[in-house]
Amino acid sequence: MGLVAAEFERQGISTVSIQLLRLVTEEVRPPRALCVPFRHGYPLDSPNDPQKQHAVLAAALDLLENQALKPPAIIDFRR
Amino acid sequence: MGELSEFPLKYRLFLKTYRWRRIEPVPWTPLKKPLRDCRLLLVSSAGIVASHQESFDSAIRGGDPSIREIPVDVDVSTLIETHRSKAFDHTGIRQDPNLAFPIDRLRELTDAGRIGSLNHRHLSLMGSITAPGRLIKKNIPPVIPRLIADGVDIALFIPA
Repeated sequence: MGLVAAEFERQGISTVSIQLLRLVTEEVRPPRALCVPFRHGYPLDSPNDPQKQHAVLAAALDLLENQALKPPAIIDFRR
Repeated sequence: MGELSEFPLKYRLFLKTYRWRRIEPVPWTPLKKPLRDCRLLLVSSAGIVASHQESFDSAIRGGDPSIREIPVDVDVSTLIETHRSKAFDHTGIRQDPNLAFPIDRLRELTDAGRIGSLNHRHLSLMGSITAPGRLIKKNIPPVIPRLIADGVDIALFIPA
């Protein structure tokens, strides 16, 4: 996914990636990554819980707006 | 939780020894306008398909590099998760596909004015691709100009 995001970013589309394994994220280095503390299969926290899903999405969108970030921006999600 | 320890030993060994492709240099496109004016594309690598689409092919060595387009007006309850990995629990996404393809949440964000609009089509990929060359070099490059023509400004990537 990080490699795909990089292709988008090279062609002028700003990206943010939700990531489940920081170890892998630090190796691959997608442009903007939100590392979440959830297990695989649960990238937005909990099923059928819009509030929790929105919390993750809000943090991801915040990365897009944060003009102070520099690539690669790898940020941990805080609940 | 988001740790290697959640996986059985053989997957932990793979994740630690696999030669991940490092992005160097890291490309960067700053946001060009406020989010409330941006058109968003969703890209999920949960192997999700619409009910009328073929499943991803789990028999392809190195991972299926094909791409599915999911229309923005899809009924999320009809989406089918076909991720090939046996290393994680699939029940959450199957119960609520919004967990990896949050189109309902994104509609709510658009209605609230947080983002400008959603693209008319979104992308679904297979995750856990160990041979990503075909996806990155062959399949993705021709798709991006079409998305730019759609007016896409930002892309949100969500794994499984």
